[in-house]
Amino acid sequence: MNREIVEIKDWYISSFGEFEKKLNGGKESSIHHKRKDALSNFSRLEFPTIKDEEWKYTSIAPLLKFNFVPSYEKKIVSEELIKSLLFDEMEHSLIVFVNGRYSAENSILLNMPEGVIVDSIANQIKKNNEVLLNHFGKYADHQNHIFTALSTAYTDDGAFIYVPAGKIVEEPIHIIFITDSGNEKILTQPRNLFVAGKNSQATIIEHYVGNEGEIYFTNSVTEIVAEENAVVDHIKLQEESKKAFHIARMEVDQERRSNFSSHLISTGADLTRNDFNARFNDEGGECTLNGLYMIDGTQLFDAHTLMDHAKPHCNSHEHYKGILDDKSRGVFNGKIIVRQDAQKTNAFQENNSILLSDEALVNTKPQLEIFADDVKCSHGATIGQMDDEAKFYLKSRGIGEEASKGILLHAFASDVITSIKIESVRNYIEKIITEKFNQ
Amino acid sequence: MLEIKNLHAGIEGNEILKGIDLKVNAGEVHAIMGPNGSGKSTLAQVLAGREGYVVTEGEVTYNGKKLLDLATEDRAREGVFLAFQYPVEIPGVSNTNLLKTALNEIRKYRGEEELDTMEFLSLIKEKMKLVELDQKFLSRSVNEGFSGGEKKRNEIFQMAVLQPKLAILDETDSGLDIDALKIVANGVNKLRSKDNATILVTHYQRLLNYIVPDFVHVLYNGKIVKSGGKELAFKLEELGYDWVKAPSNSPKGGEKNLVASH
Repeated sequence: MNREIVEIKDWYISSFGEFEKKLNGGKESSIHHKRKDALSNFSRLEFPTIKDEEWKYTSIAPLLKFNFVPSYEKKIVSEELIKSLLFDEMEHSLIVFVNGRYSAENSILLNMPEGVIVDSIANQIKKNNEVLLNHFGKYADHQNHIFTALSTAYTDDGAFIYVPAGKIVEEPIHIIFITDSGNEKILTQPRNLFVAGKNSQATIIEHYVGNEGEIYFTNSVTEIVAEENAVVDHIKLQEESKKAFHIARMEVDQERRSNFSSHLISTGADLTRNDFNARFNDEGGECTLNGLYMIDGTQLFDAHTLMDHAKPHCNSHEHYKGILDDKSRGVFNGKIIVRQDAQKTNAFQENNSILLSDEALVNTKPQLEIFADDVKCSHGATIGQMDDEAKFYLKSRGIGEEASKGILLHAFASDVITSIKIESVRNYIEKIITEKFNQ
Repeated sequence: MLEIKNLHAGIEGNEILKGIDLKVNAGEVHAIMGPNGSGKSTLAQVLAGREGYVVTEGEVTYNGKKLLDLATEDRAREGVFLAFQYPVEIPGVSNTNLLKTALNEIRKYRGEEELDTMEFLSLIKEKMKLVELDQKFLSRSVNEGFSGGEKKRNEIFQMAVLQPKLAILDETDSGLDIDALKIVANGVNKLRSKDNATILVTHYQRLLNYIVPDFVHVLYNGKIVKSGGKELAFKLEELGYDWVKAPSNSPKGGEKNLVASH
């Protein structure tokens, strides 16, 4: 083991004492033993290297060069900044975290249907919220994943959303994680738990932003439970600084006839790794996992997804798209497991990439493990360049080179977001795409 | 309007056009006919500015400008329009988006105000009638999943909206049934005026029953080997392209061979 890596691990372990002190009574909470368990897992586990199959194309060596620290200072950001991140013409609840800490001053909580909780998870841990205690840490495995162990050990703040049975939250709940690190090498570890009760419905947006050029580390873990017949739409917008590190795990647990959708839009961070896993725990579930990443420079984006068809009669649709310029690199690993009992499964997966330069690179790997015999599964992957025929067609209609390129990339990208139901959210994403390609 | 002088052009080192001379005035319709591989489509592509074609000799003047020096998009903005033989499918880009962007880029180039949505829509609606296209077609992706006939009608529709000065129709008739052909021809005829010109590139005489040309040119082996009035097309229909193929054996044999075959 490299000495540098050992030192970094020790660094994260030794920071724990300071963290505990700042917990402000949190040590007494009933989840504290989980923190400690996770810390011991963290010290037992090793940071992955490219020799690990799951990290073959993603070296985290650059991340291990820095001694990142949690921020213990409370910070508020300007209203203008928040305004620039909002969706047009829409009133919705907003929870803002600055440097990992809940900022009540920046948050707006609208009236919610009775029983719905939208809050900082730190507050709810203090209150020993029963739903939270039932589900927290149950889905994101800190025994085997070192970054999840790190997150669990340092569980402090994040969003907690609970929609009780039968309740419908019509407007999206927008959670913004802002890192304003200045010269400090800040580590934030947003820890989110969303529980949607039977027959409930909600749209939740996780939105990550940072100051351009700043080096910091976001290590987020999100656990989502969709109980029977619940409808949960999850959108993640990742617009971190292009020098930041972003490592995220999302674990989704789907009960009978629940309907979950995930849309990931990612443009930021130097190194991004998403582990998105969804599991059908009962029959009749629907799951959509869509993703769009647009990177350039030396950015690296890695998405590892796992669609676990543990039960019969479930449908999953997965579509990831990447647009890569300069020397950027993309990794897509889409695993689908159809377990022996899971007859009448429909599982579809597609990954398309466009390379805009000779030096951009994509590694794509569909991984289907099918143990049932009456299933429909398909996967496809394409890697290509811009369609020159289409570009010529547009130019022959009087549309200039840059505009033609913009139109075509926009069209390619928009494809995976058309299934987002809320128009103003779609418009916001359209704006990200437009800014990216029509400069 | 357009003057082509001794145009030599090719692709990947193969010379396809071997000295084309052609003059087109405003208000005229020229048909360029010829067998497969004669260079008809190459001529259309070179005029529109497709990448990959290399002009080795000759020049093209269009309204006093050197056409070949202009970028593809600037040719379009100057009023050159190519109706594609195989219109390209562009998933995710709606017909409306394409037309609105194109129209406004052209207007901007000409120093005109951009159209607002209402003005644009009323223009679109008026032009759709020309080629009998349905309204819902506007929100569909460009040519995606269109039938052959719809694609060709879409080309003419775009032409109607963009109002070019010089329209080049590359095999617009190929693959069309008679009803679609009539619709397309009707659209083209309604757009004819004394200020614009049309070049019809076609393999068959059939189209010329509906769009009557002022001049017919026969292209063979990269050269125009015969020019005449619309009656030339009938002769071609009657005698087939073998009639023009033979003269390539003798450099100036066009006339001679014509005489001989009578």
